[in-house]
Amino acid sequence: MDSVIALFNSFVNDWPNLSLAIGLILLPLLPLIISVAMYVWWERKVIGWMHVRMGPNQVGPLGLAQAFADVFKLLFKEITVPEKASTFLFYLAPLIALVPAMAAWAVVPIGDKMAWSNANAGLLYLLAMTSLGVYGIVLAGWASNSKYAFLGAMRAAAQVVSYEIAMGMAIVSVLILTGSLNLSDVVQAQAGSKGFLEWYWLPLLPMFVIYFISGVAETNRAPFDVTEGESEIVAGFHVEYSGSAFAIFFLAEYANMILVAFLSSVLFLGGWLSPLQGWGLGILSAPGWWWLFAKAFVMAFLFLWFRATFPRYRYDQIMRLGWKVFIPITIAWTFVAGCLAFFGGVTIGPGGTP
Amino acid sequence: MLAEYWPILLFLVIATGLGLVLLAVGTVLGPKRPDAQKRSAYECGFEAFEDARMKFDVRYYLIAILFIIFDLEIAFLFPWAVVFKQIGIIALIEMGLFLALLVVGFVYVWKKGALEWE
Repeated sequence: MDSVIALFNSFVNDWPNLSLAIGLILLPLLPLIISVAMYVWWERKVIGWMHVRMGPNQVGPLGLAQAFADVFKLLFKEITVPEKASTFLFYLAPLIALVPAMAAWAVVPIGDKMAWSNANAGLLYLLAMTSLGVYGIVLAGWASNSKYAFLGAMRAAAQVVSYEIAMGMAIVSVLILTGSLNLSDVVQAQAGSKGFLEWYWLPLLPMFVIYFISGVAETNRAPFDVTEGESEIVAGFHVEYSGSAFAIFFLAEYANMILVAFLSSVLFLGGWLSPLQGWGLGILSAPGWWWLFAKAFVMAFLFLWFRATFPRYRYDQIMRLGWKVFIPITIAWTFVAGCLAFFGGVTIGPGGTP
Repeated sequence: MLAEYWPILLFLVIATGLGLVLLAVGTVLGPKRPDAQKRSAYECGFEAFEDARMKFDVRYYLIAILFIIFDLEIAFLFPWAVVFKQIGIIALIEMGLFLALLVVGFVYVWKKGALEWE
């Protein structure tokens, strides 16, 4: 405890250091917000193309400024609070949705040890943070005191917690092969001489698929978007939200989607490692943040592809998929991963340099 | 090692600050012209019949309880997975037993029909 206080004092006494740290943290949050805006633009563009439409093309070149225009429009709109709503909880809910979605980025590495916090319990922290997001949704539905919001929140709570289990099991299987909760170690353990065949998507293929699908369900995206299914319950839990309060929910949802894209790249697709690692192709075999970003871009694109392709699931089908398909598979494959690690099917622990 | 957790705390603080700033900006910049119609809960254009905090299906409650149980199991699996390679064969056998017990409970829940949504 004393060391904590000493550390705190040294931090407070060292103001330039603190402001530097704050600057360094705004540094990832601002690009995150900008990438959310670009992601929204990209989503509308991609879905437009898949529908043989143009997508946004009026505001700025190629419609690039569309998302920013939308944000500024939302900031200038009235925040209506329903008469019967619990005002404090009504304002608290978007904050609870946003904070974990942003704070989870503290431990995501973009290179070896290149994360804002190289915490040794990074994966545990991520599991905790991604679980917290659902409270914002539940609180929003409850505080609104509106039937649609309430129904949406009930659906969201049951759906998110169901897929949380499959997601947690997928993370456990990665842990078994890695032996460390540190995300840099997770990526280093996927280094080797056989290129992309060293990554965990191969020994943990069912887990990889389940992790990503659960990620889609966790973020309440199509085809699992029954919580805000506009044809059934209008907008679900955020039907009563308007203006910047709604913008915060929007920001949180998209930040979470990008987070899932990054995490599935880090956990199963070798993070910043090159797919051609160990092949001796010079720059093509070298690790670098650009590989991570490219992988995350592909995974993020899958979200949009799913939305444009699949019709919405029925609620009982969602629950059946989560409980009766994913959980049995993940329990079985956790044991398989244990056997793989024990009998040497996969090298455990930090591997050699690529 | 503890120093590694400072950025996390700062992230939490700054993310909260960002949310508060967004809410404040929206409150300051947006118009404030509430009226009875605008402030009523949205319900297809007519007055709400009853309070929205109504009775709900017990299955949601059941799912929440099952989630707590299964999530706890995962919390138990985390430390095991980290030290797996130090313990060796015993870890594998014990985890086989643990997962088998988990499967027994899961099959029971399934047979009892707790996972049915018709």
